[in-house]
Formats: sequence, structure tokens, C-alpha cells
Amino acid sequence: MTAITTAYPATWRRPPFIADGRLRWALIAGAVAYFVLAIGGLEINWVRIGEGLERGWRFVAAFARPDFLSRWDDIALGMQESLTMALTSTAVGILLSVPIGIGAARNLVPRPVYLVCRAIVAGARSFQEIIIAIFFVAMVGFGPFAGFLTLSLSTIGFLGKLLAEDIEDIDEAQAEAIRATGGSWLQLVNYGIQPQVMPRLIGLSLYRLDINFRESAVVGIVGAGGIGATLNTALDRYEFDSAAAILLLIIAIVMLCEYGSSLVRRRIQ
Amino acid sequence: MPVAHAADGRVAWRRRTPRQDLLRWFGWFLLVALTVFCWQVMTQDTIWSFVADAPTQAADIGQRMVPPRWEYMDRLWWPLWDTINIATLGTALAVVLGVPVAFLAARNTTPSATFVRPLALLVIVSSRSINALIWALLLVTILGPGVLAGIVAIALRSIGFVAKLLYEAIEEIDQAQVEAVTATGASPAQVMDYAMVPQILPAFAGITVFRWDINIRESSVVGLVGAGGLGLQLESSLNVLAWPQVSLILLVVLATVLLSEWVSAKVRHAII
Repeated sequence: MTAITTAYPATWRRPPFIADGRLRWALIAGAVAYFVLAIGGLEINWVRIGEGLERGWRFVAAFARPDFLSRWDDIALGMQESLTMALTSTAVGILLSVPIGIGAARNLVPRPVYLVCRAIVAGARSFQEIIIAIFFVAMVGFGPFAGFLTLSLSTIGFLGKLLAEDIEDIDEAQAEAIRATGGSWLQLVNYGIQPQVMPRLIGLSLYRLDINFRESAVVGIVGAGGIGATLNTALDRYEFDSAAAILLLIIAIVMLCEYGSSLVRRRIQ
Repeated sequence: MPVAHAADGRVAWRRRTPRQDLLRWFGWFLLVALTVFCWQVMTQDTIWSFVADAPTQAADIGQRMVPPRWEYMDRLWWPLWDTINIATLGTALAVVLGVPVAFLAARNTTPSATFVRPLALLVIVSSRSINALIWALLLVTILGPGVLAGIVAIALRSIGFVAKLLYEAIEEIDQAQVEAVTATGASPAQVMDYAMVPQILPAFAGITVFRWDINIRESSVVGLVGAGGLGLQLESSLNVLAWPQVSLILLVVLATVLLSEWVSAKVRHAII
């Protein structure tokens, strides 16, 4: 009998996050070099910031006593435009994104339809809402209608993509069962697909309503109507107390939307 | 209405009671009515002749946009560098500020669930509900126009995003590992370092890269309100109606966004 002697290590070191030593050090060196270069290149005008800090402080103080009243007419009109824009664009966006989403699902439609619908979805998603809004304002003039078109288009991009991915992920057995009974394509969609994706579609639609409201506050900056225009004007006039009131309203409505949609989602799932 | 009839025509089965059916119809009716009402309110000031004219306008702008003015590229390299810096430094700042908020908001690491946690959640919600462009609008009036306002705007918007996803990851960690490390007599800092951080590190890296990708998109437009980057060039080109320059800028934005999406997909693929 010979004793088996193995030298176990007496200390332990945790393995690093990136195993390859050279890659790790190259990444660290690259990151350090980048930050030195980027931060070094910042042109910071301390005098301007010194002036600005006083203004910034006034803005923070304005949150303690927001002024809802002196510009209430403008705020009410902006909110009305934002809310109506958000709801109508979500409704139209859903109506259009359902056929496009079905068309962009690889397992349901022939190849040419799939490619066309995918192209629509990719096109609708390629630019920021605000850039699309600039073009719609140039096309249909100032006002909430341009914002409505912008938000509808980005809703199509968002819901179309997620709906298509959802349909591609469904349980094929159920679709197969409907096909086996001799169901037509419409019956297949109605009985095999729709029940599987409906809860998520409702959840996503509510989420998109929430996003559309938030975005409706932005498109106003380029003239597409909504509360963003009011906010822009308030800030241009340095009326921080009105601006604070608008921001508080936006935050409150977003919180309300999130709470409401979480209630609805809990009920349907 | 899902109803099944027996052979003699009597109702054999129905999915919902008549009362439930009625309520459902009423709910849908209300929703449609509300949407139509909103549509009417929204379009009351719309000038329809402008809308009818839109295709002509679109064709006109489209015609002016091609071909892009390629020589203008010489003046876009610097704004492009600024845009990337705004996104990257903004993300870095957001991570530095967002990680503590996430630990304060997670139910299993917060020092006080009654006082600190709601405060952290409020920070997250406020940061998330206000778009980067609005933050930029604010900061440009406070800090003055420039890259710095863009960086801070992107950071303020991203704090909520990073903190929300990270605190959800922290709440989902495997508690057994925490207990195991605690049982060895480790200090709270060591528990954090050896039991929690390794579990959330992949999620953390994924979230950061994901947000960086979104921030590249946002940083290309914050310049529209004066916060530096490509948006600034876009704004000045739009003001003089230089459509060939606009189309070149949009192409650059699109290329940058596609590149950042590719990078972020690669990195996330490598992590997970």
C-alpha cells in the first residue's frame, strides 16, 4: 500500500470574468485609453456652468412648489393633445400591426409576403421617433396629426416585430391540430394562433400605450403637437415652475399607466 | 359568441354567461367610443388640405434628398466622435450612479424596505418616464449647449433603466449561495463580493451593453435641442433646408445604429 499524496492548493483565487489573460488586459488598456481620450476631449466651460448652477438650483427648487395655474390653459391643451394622440395612434398602430405582424411570421406565410412585411417592420424601426416626426411635420404641417402619424408608424414597427417573433415561437402542435382537421388558413390563425399570442399582445399593447404617451411628450419639440411643445416654451421662457409642473404631470400619468397595465396584465395571465 | 347548440337547436354549452357577454360588449364599445372621441378632439384643428397634399410634399422632399452631398462627410467625423462619446460616457455615468440605486431598490439588499426602497423606486420611475431629449432640453438651459449636457441627459435617462433591470436581477439571485458564504463567517462586504456580484455580473454586462446600444440611437438626436453630436448638424442642415446634407446625416446615423446593434449583439452573445 502506498499513500497517495497530492499537493492540494492552500489558497483559492476566483477565476476572472474574462478567462483569456491577454484579451482581458487588452480590453482594460483599450477602455482606459478611450476614457482618457474622450474625457480629455471634453470642452467644459466652467464659467458657464457656474452661471447655470444657480439656474439649476432654481429648477430643483421649482419642483418643491410647481406652478400648475399660471399656464394652465397651455398645459391642459398640451395634455389633451398628448393623451388623444397616444390613444388614437396606439389603436391605429395595433390595427395595422396585426396583419403586418402575421405577415412577418415565417411559419405562417409564403416567403415573398414575409420579406415584404419584414421590410416594413425594419423600415418603421430604423429611425428615432423624433426624426420621423420632423418629416411628418414637413409633410402635413404643424400640430398633433403629425405626431399621430409618427407614433402610429413606430407602433407598427414595435408591435409588428414582437408579434411576429411571438407567432414564430408558438407551440406548433396546436397549429398542426387545426391543420389536421382541414381548417382553412383563416381558421388556423383564429383557432391555432390567436389564443396563444393574445395575452402577450394585450400586454404589449398596453406597454406601447405607455411608450406612446412618453414619446408624445417628445415629438412636440419639433412641432408635432402635444405636451412637449408646452414644455419647450416654458423652458425657453425660463419658467421653471411651470416646467416642473409639466414634468410632474408626465411622471404621474406614466406611473398611473404602469400601475393600470400591471393590474390588467395580472388579470389576463 | 362561443356557443354550442345541441342537435335539436337548444343551447348545449356557452363559454360565458349572457351577463358576461353583455359586459364584454359594453367594454369594447366604450373603448371604441373613447378612441373615436379622442380622434375627433385631436383632429379638430387639422388642416386636411395639407394632409391631402402630403404625398406631393413627400415626393418633393425625397427628390431634394437624393443624391446625398457626400463631400459634407468631412464635417461629420467630429460630430460622429462626439455622438459616440455622449453615448459611452453617458452610459458609464449611468452605471456608476445606477448600481447603488439598484442595490437600494432590491428587496433582498435594501437597508430599509419601508423608507429607502420607495425612494429608490421613485428615482427609477422619474428617470424612466422622462425621455433623454427632455432631459437634454432641461440641461441645455442649465449647463449651456454642448456635449456635456448630452452626456448628463443620457446618463439621467439611463439610470432608471439600468437600476430597474439590475434590481430585478438582484432579486432573482440564488439565496443558497448567499447563505453558504454567510455561513463561513464572511462580512457583509465579502458576502456581496463572493455571493452576489458573481451571480449578477452577466446580467449587469448585458444590461450595460444593451443600454449603450439604445444610447447610441438617442445620442444621435439629443443635438436637435443643442446637446452636441450629429443632431446638432441635423438641426443646422434642416434650418437651411439643405436636404442633401440631411440625407447624408441620416445615412450616417443609420450606419452607426446598425454597427452598435451588431456590436451589442456580439457582446451579449459572448456573455450569455
